[in-house]
Amino acid sequence: MNIAEHAPILIIVLPLIVSLLNTAVGLWKRDLCYPIAVATLGVVVLLSFNIMGSVIDAGKIHYRLGGWAPPWGIEYVIDHLNAFIAIIVSFISFIVAIYSKRSIEQELTKSKIPYFYSIYLLLTTGLLGITVTGDVFNIYVFLEITSLAAYALIAIGDDRAAMASFNYVIMGTIGACFYLLGVGYLYIMTGTLNMADLSRLLPGLYNSTVILAAFAFFVVGIAIKIAFFPLHRWLPDAYTHAPSTVSALVASTMTKVGAYVMIRIMFTVFEPRFSTEILPMSEILGWAAFAAIIAGSVIALGQTDIKRMISYILVAEVGYIVMGVSIGNRTAFTGAVLHILNDAFMMACLFLVIGAVVYRTGTRNINDFNGLELNKKMPLTMAAFTAVALSMIGVPPTAGFFSKWYLVLGAVVAQKWIFAAALIFSSLVNAILFFRILEKIYFRAAAEHSYDDGHETIVRNEAPVSMLVPIYVMAAGILVLGFYSGDIISKVIQFTVPEGF
Amino acid sequence: MTRKLENIVIQTVSRLLAPFLQIYALYVIAHGHYSPGGGFQGGCILAASFILLVIAYDINAVKSRMSEKINTLYTGAGVFIYAGIGLLCLLLGANYLDYGILHKILPVGPVKARAMGTLGVEIGVGLAVMAVMVSIFLNIASGGRHEEGAVE
Amino acid sequence: MELIIAKYNYWIYIMLMMIGFYAMIAKKNLVKKLVGMNIFQTAIILFFVSTASKKGGATIPIIHKGQEIINPAHYMNPLPHVLMLTAIVVMVSTFGVALALAIMIYKKYKTLEEDEIIEILRNRR
Repeated sequence: MNIAEHAPILIIVLPLIVSLLNTAVGLWKRDLCYPIAVATLGVVVLLSFNIMGSVIDAGKIHYRLGGWAPPWGIEYVIDHLNAFIAIIVSFISFIVAIYSKRSIEQELTKSKIPYFYSIYLLLTTGLLGITVTGDVFNIYVFLEITSLAAYALIAIGDDRAAMASFNYVIMGTIGACFYLLGVGYLYIMTGTLNMADLSRLLPGLYNSTVILAAFAFFVVGIAIKIAFFPLHRWLPDAYTHAPSTVSALVASTMTKVGAYVMIRIMFTVFEPRFSTEILPMSEILGWAAFAAIIAGSVIALGQTDIKRMISYILVAEVGYIVMGVSIGNRTAFTGAVLHILNDAFMMACLFLVIGAVVYRTGTRNINDFNGLELNKKMPLTMAAFTAVALSMIGVPPTAGFFSKWYLVLGAVVAQKWIFAAALIFSSLVNAILFFRILEKIYFRAAAEHSYDDGHETIVRNEAPVSMLVPIYVMAAGILVLGFYSGDIISKVIQFTVPEGF
Repeated sequence: MTRKLENIVIQTVSRLLAPFLQIYALYVIAHGHYSPGGGFQGGCILAASFILLVIAYDINAVKSRMSEKINTLYTGAGVFIYAGIGLLCLLLGANYLDYGILHKILPVGPVKARAMGTLGVEIGVGLAVMAVMVSIFLNIASGGRHEEGAVE
Repeated sequence: MELIIAKYNYWIYIMLMMIGFYAMIAKKNLVKKLVGMNIFQTAIILFFVSTASKKGGATIPIIHKGQEIINPAHYMNPLPHVLMLTAIVVMVSTFGVALALAIMIYKKYKTLEEDEIIEILRNRR
């Protein structure tokens, strides 16, 4: 057996098998679940880097499930974009899994921990499945695996998590069903479910109303899944009340994978000209993204719960990606794909930092940060937080700067000044949001302290090492990605830009 | 008095019915690879036989035969059979789930081996579906507590 | 009128889907929402299955022993059925998860009416 050849299926089957083994192992020895899960995800990371290597060397990978030829059997197709997303997903779920140990022990009863890890691995399975498959119906199945795992994981959060998760179930099911209807309409017209086959058959049918309806169903369904602006209401609730580990994983990967599905449907299954010329979908998405960026940023200003604030920023960030996709030129698309990577890292890092703060202090309220003196209690965590905050604002050498730069440049090239203005506006709002918090952490504490007698010494209460290391990997990742963004673009992203841009 | 009598009728009938249901379920599973039927449908019927017992008696009657632990193991085993057969195909040198290659270890030709592989997968799926359905029902019927005597 | 009769399967599916959609959005009781969700999903299954059938008494695709000549017009398209089997599995598990959540909510708030829960949450704040 040649592992490199079978890597596309192994990255899905491995977490699937281990997730079910984990429940069985958990009955026997509970402590083994964590190392097994982490080790599996480590192997998956290696495999996805391996896939990336072979894609860079040899181009597209085709993998036939069960040996059946493409239009009849399910085929896994991996090009640069898939491999890129697969690396993001597997790497982040690996890092967050390392982090999860301490915080989940605090938030869950011991007997449920094996189940947590098995659902966690199922979520990873679903996400990776979406990224590698080349079959539209298969995407639906994996989308639902992912969502089901996410519903369960979110429900273990705090007091109000069950209600938030229930709303997410309702919205998520509507989204998935719309997607399924889109698949059904395409199947009626073409008789195939394979993406490559669909893209070959569809151009002749572009004027059919059935195809238009299918496209509309796809876009609305995916828009619900990625919490695109008017349909975003489930996201802040769900991500705020979820356990901090789950927030980190779900916020950084699920919306990104949804954005990937959107790119695939819009530019691989349909041709780029379909969404610009035949249906003015790009225009509509662009303006909706504009609204998402403005609204997400403005609503974030009014939040006192830091997790809810970041959830609204995430709504704005989804707007960034969709805007980059909808502008429809090379630079903006590059920016959008780069932003998928950067935003995944930034969101994961932010939620991990907040998880560490909650783990030590138990508060998520921004106003409570005043008296906490976090800069003395948790200096290392706060240093990482500062790095992410700068990246969110878009200060150069950090990663956030480069993707925003490409997005703004793309908008300028397309002469859509108002889109560029929205991007800059959102960056400014981010600056306000994060400097407000940084001020509370670093300066307010010192000012208040001078009035004290100065006798009480602040106990350093740093986050445990198993949390600190993942946070630092992510924070370092943000800086490193900033330095190497040129390489990433020239080696990977430039090949993901669809033809016709 | 009549209530008790009704109970006896219901309990006896469902007790008699359960084995037949299970045989039928096995029939559906075993025929899945070349006629309508299959693991999911068979697994559902198999689970229905247990759920019938829960409704006629109470949860403990079923729990004494299938505890939560065993259910979890069945689920794991079912999916493991399915994924394991797929991995076996990988190990023998073909693609994932390419059962044709199983003729190397089975005493039949490639075409027949494909059918056999599918049958194995159906059995795994049936086991997993049965266990999952029963545990979903037990969990929801008992409101997540599992200890309650009867379903209300 | 002809359009309605000729494609009656689509009209039925659309009607069912809208009933389910309405229940999901407008009903206040959480379990009613879930029933709406089930109707919604069942409508889609109906739609897929109805696309598989063919006029003129096509049956399920079982090939008998020794049968050599196979005319595709005599058999229904099995693929939508298989797809819907998968969708049913997804539906069952979604329903299971949602019911479990409903139980969790009921334990916490002692009610399943959405507006009462919102009231409780508001008072707690």
